[in-house]
Amino acid sequence: MLQTLLPILIFAALAVGAAGAVRRIRLWRQGRRTPMRWHRLVLMPKRYLNDLHHVVARDKAIAHTHVATAGGFVAAMALALVVHGFGWRNPILGGLLLAASLCMFIGALAVNRRRIDPPAKLSKGPWQRLSKSLLAYSVGMFLVSLPLVGVAPTVLGGGVLALILLALVAWGLAEMLIGMGWGGPMKHAFAGTFHLAFHRRPERFDDQHRDVAHDVHRGSRSTALFPLDLTAKTLGVEKPADFQWEQLLGFDACVQCGRCQNVCPAYAAGQPLNPKKLIQDMVVGMAGGSDARYAGSGYPGIEVGKHHGGPSDAIVPQLVEAQTLWACTTCRACVEECPMMIEHVDAIVDMRRFITLERGETPEKGAAAIDNLIATDNPGGLDNASRLDWAADLDIPRIQQRPEGVDVLLWLGDGAFDMRNQRTLRALVKILHAAEVDFAVLGDEERDSGDVARRLGDEATFQRLAERNIATLSRYRFQRIVTADPHSFHVLGREYGAFGGNYVVKHHSTFIAELFDAGRLSVKAAEPGETVTYHDPCYLGRYNGEFAAPRQVLAALGVEVAEMERSGYRSRCCGGGGGAALSDVPGKARIPDMRMEDVRETGATTVAVACPQCTAMLEGVVEPRPQVKDLAELVASALVEPAAAPTARNSSEAPEEVPA
Amino acid sequence: MTQPERSASVAGEARVVALVSSGRHPVSGRAGRAREDARAVEMGLALAGASLHLAHAGDAEDAALPEYLGMFHGLEGAGGPGELSLLPMAAGDDAVPLLASWLEAYGANLVLTGQRAECGEGSGLLPYLLAERLGWAVATGVAAIEHYAGDRVTVLQALPQGQRRRLEVRLPCLLCVDGVAPMPRQSAFGPSRRGRVEAVANITAEPDTLQAAWQWQPARARPKRLKVVKSTNARDRFKAAAAKSAASGGQVLTDLTPDEAAQKLIDYLRAEKVLPAVQPGDEGQSSA
Ligand code: SF4
Ligand code: SF4
Repeated sequence: MLQTLLPILIFAALAVGAAGAVRRIRLWRQGRRTPMRWHRLVLMPKRYLNDLHHVVARDKAIAHTHVATAGGFVAAMALALVVHGFGWRNPILGGLLLAASLCMFIGALAVNRRRIDPPAKLSKGPWQRLSKSLLAYSVGMFLVSLPLVGVAPTVLGGGVLALILLALVAWGLAEMLIGMGWGGPMKHAFAGTFHLAFHRRPERFDDQHRDVAHDVHRGSRSTALFPLDLTAKTLGVEKPADFQWEQLLGFDACVQCGRCQNVCPAYAAGQPLNPKKLIQDMVVGMAGGSDARYAGSGYPGIEVGKHHGGPSDAIVPQLVEAQTLWACTTCRACVEECPMMIEHVDAIVDMRRFITLERGETPEKGAAAIDNLIATDNPGGLDNASRLDWAADLDIPRIQQRPEGVDVLLWLGDGAFDMRNQRTLRALVKILHAAEVDFAVLGDEERDSGDVARRLGDEATFQRLAERNIATLSRYRFQRIVTADPHSFHVLGREYGAFGGNYVVKHHSTFIAELFDAGRLSVKAAEPGETVTYHDPCYLGRYNGEFAAPRQVLAALGVEVAEMERSGYRSRCCGGGGGAALSDVPGKARIPDMRMEDVRETGATTVAVACPQCTAMLEGVVEPRPQVKDLAELVASALVEPAAAPTARNSSEAPEEVPA
Repeated sequence: MTQPERSASVAGEARVVALVSSGRHPVSGRAGRAREDARAVEMGLALAGASLHLAHAGDAEDAALPEYLGMFHGLEGAGGPGELSLLPMAAGDDAVPLLASWLEAYGANLVLTGQRAECGEGSGLLPYLLAERLGWAVATGVAAIEHYAGDRVTVLQALPQGQRRRLEVRLPCLLCVDGVAPMPRQSAFGPSRRGRVEAVANITAEPDTLQAAWQWQPARARPKRLKVVKSTNARDRFKAAAAKSAASGGQVLTDLTPDEAAQKLIDYLRAEKVLPAVQPGDEGQSSA
């Protein structure tokens, strides 16, 4: 009986699953089409085994569980097809099939243990069922395959037991094969396979890099936002079908593991954003329906089950509230953590683009900042000529007076208008003087880099600023740009390239570390007993992979660094990126307060920062709290002035020594 | 923002026009929406939706024009692209006859605009000159349109210190929108790109001969008169500092004929030495 029914079961499940898969592919292809690159399919296995595993393996237990379960299943399925499907009942293959099922069974046991009291980040519902289905499949497949190696052949020949076994196998096949095509939890394996092959950011994978031994931070390999064609019919994403099809495919690959939810600062602060739910809402929109069947944590403060969408229906507000999109700080923590390499930030910015460019509904303060950028080239609406007011007493050369060119163009950023950040800039200038760096500034010819405009979705204003800045920069000669602002650093270094601006851009931490390496700075020994912790800015660390230089600088100062639990690529955002400080979506807590709590836990008395935005956000936390100092300030106050320094410079720098 | 009431039939046939000018940013001096004109457009959009029509006399390339057209979003109904009629003229030309004849030809019956331009002459006289030429009513300092139906419109006029006066104005009329009117909506790039600027053909601008005869000199910032309040009481000092200079010694004149009213004004201006002292032959000439 088994021998006749098993092949029928297997092929029926395969056929039904395949029909669902075709339907699923159609759903993805509703998105904007791009030229198909079929040859990328061959890249998939390595991307899965290498790149994806690299992310999954950040949680060792899960990685092992997944290897056992998924590896066991793939092997057991392939072997079952040969042995039971085509009836090549070879005892060796049978043995292998038993081994694979056993392996899958062990994995499934681990999955089930995790599911007894699942952590809040996991979805329940069908995902809870999947753990049982895995057991059913592996146990069923194991037992029906026992006769192949001659064990217990008589018991399993017929009767009730055989029926029960068949039912187990059928359940397993339904979940694993039919569910895969028809949108069950196993869909992730099918969608994930294609997603890895056709990922919109292929640079994220090792196969696009010759020099893979060079251990760059993978998450930072491709972080520039995609330029928007401003002549397109509608700008940005209004409805799910406006996404590029690879994006829809990516959303469908989500395994609802909730890693993104766990690291999202907005979610933790009780703001109405949950990256995991957002991705699931995109799936709901793509397939059509309501979010009532979602079985995970929702957006804080927004009830699950009240929203609905369809591929050609506007996303905001029927499916996702605008507040959800504006709460994102674009910190990329979710993208960094996502084992399926889903690009949440791209999706959020795409939807913001529509709201800003087509609907004109940027949150009030964000809209004001954009208006100011259009009228005055800076978000504060200030006179651009006052960009250097803070440096009136400093001897800062202007690049206009240096037609022969300089080594370093110091890019000030909009922090130049902020009194707190002016202290940082003065410290940085002091360091540059002390190291006798040949530098100059653009002065009032410098404009905002366009970072905030772009993250708020105003691609038009961003591109205008980018083009003007690029035109300005093309008139002067310099070797590299150095800036104390990671946002300018990112935009100039990684996003201007698409508009024809290619520069060597260095963050001041990198540059100062190089000055130390070259022996151009001498500092006095740090006071013993003071501990410092370092807060990685998102746009320096996760976006650009610079984790080492700031720590080198602190090491050169000889201070003791106590790392926060969330540091490096897992650093928690200060809450100030992506225009979130402007949209200021209400929540239960403030993100900078939570970050300061992380700082306090280390026992540090000072938190070293490397970004004007982080400085502002963290200094906004009420006292008493550890003091907030930019790396440049820490270095400047430890400088030992070389005796041979020109006297004119020394005198002009004298007043700034007093730390505030 | 309160949505003005309007009867559907009237709104259907109403031809609401907003006159827009090129604004100057107070810090950078760049062209953009003028603050009051943008509020006029906002008021017009709230009233007439996408059927609001814009008009501008000047340069087709002005950067402010797309910014006004970018306000045509979030409107009821189809919400087609904004339309702006451009009356081409040079900076030295007289906008009044152009606008007047275009408004008549267009059949406008409610015209919204700011109180004064942010560049050029900026005298704030244009609405009056237009109304005079068209024989329309004009109301200034408009903070809100409350009701719009039939042949009249009820507006709230802003007075100093947050006071409001309700006026009922006969149509067709010109309303000059005050800076306290509701904030203009964001100008979005998409609609600004789709908005249409149509140059009106067959018109010839004439040079502003009066203006050409003027003598120009740079404006000087006049010092503010300081009012020193001697009080030991912080509350009084604060009130004095915060108070807008309430016109003291003024009088409210009612029931005057236009000629009498004009004479009162001339007398006042003479007393303030704004107009030269009486010269024989001047009498009765000016009755604006
Ligand atoms: S980028 Fe940061 S704030 Fe935005 S959804 Fe991801 S984790 Fe949350
Ligand atoms: S988006 Fe990625 S990290 Fe978030 S739940 Fe889905 S698979 Fe997990």
